[in-house]
Formats: sequence, structure tokens, C-alpha cells
Amino acid sequence: MSHALFETLLRLGDNTLILGHRVGEWCGIAPVLEEDIALANMALDLIGQTQMWLALAAEIEGKGRSADDLAMLRDAWDFRNVLLVEQPNGDFGQTLMRQFLFDQFHLLQLQALTDSSDQRIAAIAAKAVKEVTYHLERSSDTVIALGDGTSESNSRMQTALNKLWPYAGEMFVTDPIDLESVEAGIIPDPSTLRDAYMDAAEKVFKLAHLAPPEGNFAHSGGKTGFRHSEHLGHLLTQMQWMQRAYPGAQW
Amino acid sequence: MTGFSKQWPLWEVFIRGQHGLSHRHVGSLHAVDAESAMKNARDVYTRRNEGVSIWVVEAAQITASSPSDKGPLYEPSESKVYRHPTFFEIPEEVGAM
Repeated sequence: MSHALFETLLRLGDNTLILGHRVGEWCGIAPVLEEDIALANMALDLIGQTQMWLALAAEIEGKGRSADDLAMLRDAWDFRNVLLVEQPNGDFGQTLMRQFLFDQFHLLQLQALTDSSDQRIAAIAAKAVKEVTYHLERSSDTVIALGDGTSESNSRMQTALNKLWPYAGEMFVTDPIDLESVEAGIIPDPSTLRDAYMDAAEKVFKLAHLAPPEGNFAHSGGKTGFRHSEHLGHLLTQMQWMQRAYPGAQW
Repeated sequence: MTGFSKQWPLWEVFIRGQHGLSHRHVGSLHAVDAESAMKNARDVYTRRNEGVSIWVVEAAQITASSPSDKGPLYEPSESKVYRHPTFFEIPEEVGAM
């Protein structure tokens, strides 16, 4: 098996798995019914994408593990999601800000992945890109609506942006594992997506009357697995509890 | 910002199904404006591949007939059976109509 390809697929699948779980935490408690259903739909889209990425990862690994095994039986240090997606939901505005910051990256990444030299990856990306186009439309519109809403909603969105912006940079850091996959034509170089991301984000923030904090500081350690934030462990205790307590349980 | 109602306006949703010819009323939802009503309709009413086209109409824009006018509006047609096309012989060659 190719170690870089396996890691690359974990990075893709763990981003969608952890964000999907986070968004799913709103199910039944969102501010209005319409948003509740929309968030649940989005969570399910992300979990669906996870099934495809992690099934392929398990196949590449070739050790007899399944997508479910990878999702439910790994511990925090084996996860390869960026730190942004494991951050807590906070208020509704913070959830939507996190969503926008990820969706914009996710769309650019998937658009590039539709040209992957690996046909299986290109096929998954082609399916996911339609879902994520809609996710971005919804999250960017909501960020604009709340940023350009009342002074209360604007200040909450600015607080969310201040908090989450330092987690955006990690998505564009290219490491040796990325480079190996980039050279094989499998994935785009993450650093090359940055300019388009910044342009798009700037437009949204302008319409939303928001400004990202000064400075280029970026938290890191999620996609390499070197150091996740404390929040991932707590998330896993909820997400994996059933399989840990009742191994192999099915419905 | 003043003058905001706490409740978003109500919208009626009409969807044209995969094989349907006309849009059918499927329900209603709340949304701040037409664009978000469209998105909400997509999320609430087309999750199971129900439709190929969505209309949203602000409920306040719909003029409805009043139940108390039922008599004058509908009853006169009850006794006018000749308005139904059942008094014609349809030639067999025509087949099902």
C-alpha cells in the first residue's frame, strides 16, 4: 500500500467525518426548524462523503479494516482532520462561520480533485462537489446575512471570525505527505488554493461587514495528527461510544 | 434596526415533481426573504428527490376564498349537471379520453 495515498485519504475522510459529526450535534436544537433540517442534511452529506473516502482508504490500506473501523475504532492521535473542523459549535453564528471557512476551502479542493490522476478519487470528488457547492452557497449567504444583520449578530459573527480565523491557515500548509500525492497528480498542492480562497473570503467578509484579525498566525497539528486540540477527544467519546461499549453492534 | 418582527414571514411552497406537469402545493415554511425561502424549501421539501422545480410565494400575497362564501361561490354549480360533458356519445374509435 502507498502510505502517502492512505494518509491523503484519511485527511479527506476525517475532515468530512468530524465536521459531519459536529454539524449533526445541532439536530433537534437549531434555532428554527428550517435551519435544523438544513444542518442535518449537510451533516448527512458529509457523512456520506466520509463513507466513500474512508472505504477507499481502508481498501488502499489492505489490512481488512472497513470504513466503519476507521471511523469508530481509531483514537484521537490517528485522526488526520484539520483543527478547524473539530472546534466546538459555539453559538449558531460560530457554527456557520466555521462552516463557511471550511466550505470555501472544501469546494476549491474538490474542484481540483475532480481532475485527480486517481480515477476513484476523481469520481468521489465529482459527486461531492455538487453537495459542497450548495453548502457554500448556504453558509456564505448566512454569514453575510448575520454579519450584515443587527449589531448583536454582527458582533457575534466578528467574535466567531476572530476565534476561528487562526485555524484557517492549516488548510493551506503543504507537508511531505501532500507533496508525494501532489507529485503523483493525485491532489492539488494545498498552498496553491490559498489565493482563490482569500479572494472569495474577502468578498464575503466585505458584504458581511466583517474583518479577519491581523496577522498570519495559524494553529497546526490536526492534519498531521501531531497535536489535535482537546476538543477532538471529547467529540470521539460521544461519536464512538456505542461501538466501544458494544463492539460490533449493528441495527 | 427597528421594525423587525420576531417571526420570519410565512412562505407557501409549490413543487413540480419528476413526472408532474404542474406545481403542487406541498407545505409552508418560514424564511427571511425569497432567496432563503427557496433554499429552505430545497432542504425541507426535496430531500427525497421529490422535485425538479420549486416555487415559493409569500403566504401574505395569496388571496384565498372565504369559507363563509361557500354558498354563493360553489353551490350554484351543484345543480348544473349539463356542465359535465356526460351527455355526448363518444364514438368507440376515439378510445379512452
